[in-house]
Amino acid sequence: MATGAEEGAHGPMHQFEINRLAEFEIFGIDASFTNSSLFMVLGVALIVGFLALATNGRSLVPTRLQSVAELSYEFIANMVRENVGMAGMKYFPFVFTLFTFILAMNMLGLIPYSFTVTSHIIVTFALAALVFVVVTAIGFARHGFGYLKLFVPEGVPVWLMPLIVPIELISYLIRPISLSVRLFANMMAGHTMLKVFAGFVVSLGIFGFAPLLFTIAFTGLEVVVAFLQAFIFTVLTCIYLNDAVNMHH
Amino acid sequence: MDPTAAKFIGAGLACFALIGAGIGIGNIFGNYLSGALRNPSAAPGQFTNLLIGFALAEATGLFGLLIALIILFG
Repeated sequence: MATGAEEGAHGPMHQFEINRLAEFEIFGIDASFTNSSLFMVLGVALIVGFLALATNGRSLVPTRLQSVAELSYEFIANMVRENVGMAGMKYFPFVFTLFTFILAMNMLGLIPYSFTVTSHIIVTFALAALVFVVVTAIGFARHGFGYLKLFVPEGVPVWLMPLIVPIELISYLIRPISLSVRLFANMMAGHTMLKVFAGFVVSLGIFGFAPLLFTIAFTGLEVVVAFLQAFIFTVLTCIYLNDAVNMHH
Repeated sequence: MDPTAAKFIGAGLACFALIGAGIGIGNIFGNYLSGALRNPSAAPGQFTNLLIGFALAEATGLFGLLIALIILFG
């Protein structure tokens, strides 16, 4: 099988390998500090450091850094207000944390020789499962068992119910899967493609400039995708929150 | 048939799901663009809907890609 494991350090899949940097074991569970953990810590440190530095002055007329922090705040706050309404602003810290974390992970991964945390499905699935659990908990906390009415849309004839209710149920339960697979597949496919085309640069010899130009252009596209996927993850979280908070169906 | 060969053929077939995703994404952006050119003032308000539609159309194709990856590396 021609996978990265066989091709060693030069295969396109090599960049996704997880290495243990410091081995830990807690109650028989492998909790080693890996390169994945390192980049998560790095990303969180960057976000916290940037936001702390940017909002340090708290001047009425914002400095350049402060306006960047304010812009990112307003961007997510508007998204929550538009999609969930004022009742959703209670959950703004959750949404903002999700957005900045995913954005930082995606962007850090674009630096050559770095590691993309979001290219592993277990990471994105953990995030999506968190969203799913939080949204379901909010729904049941606000509406009690009335939240189950979400699966029974209004204005549908009774004889269609045996068909509609399972479909609604499945589409609700598949949310964490589609949410996580979208982010993971986009990041993984993009990074693999970059590496595959980067491999052509050497093997094509004199004509190597063509894949080189393509790789440069594609890196630009990947920056857009990194932002877009973080944005889509957050927008969909807002829409799921709207279902749980307002229950309009 | 050699099981390894069957595995690769299966992975390739699973990627056919991305045809639909390609058509869907093209449809969404094409229709958004034609709508936006008719009524540019209404376009920014629909940008979020555009991205949601894009995400939903893409997800169905990516399920197929995921199956291919599971076949290859799982």
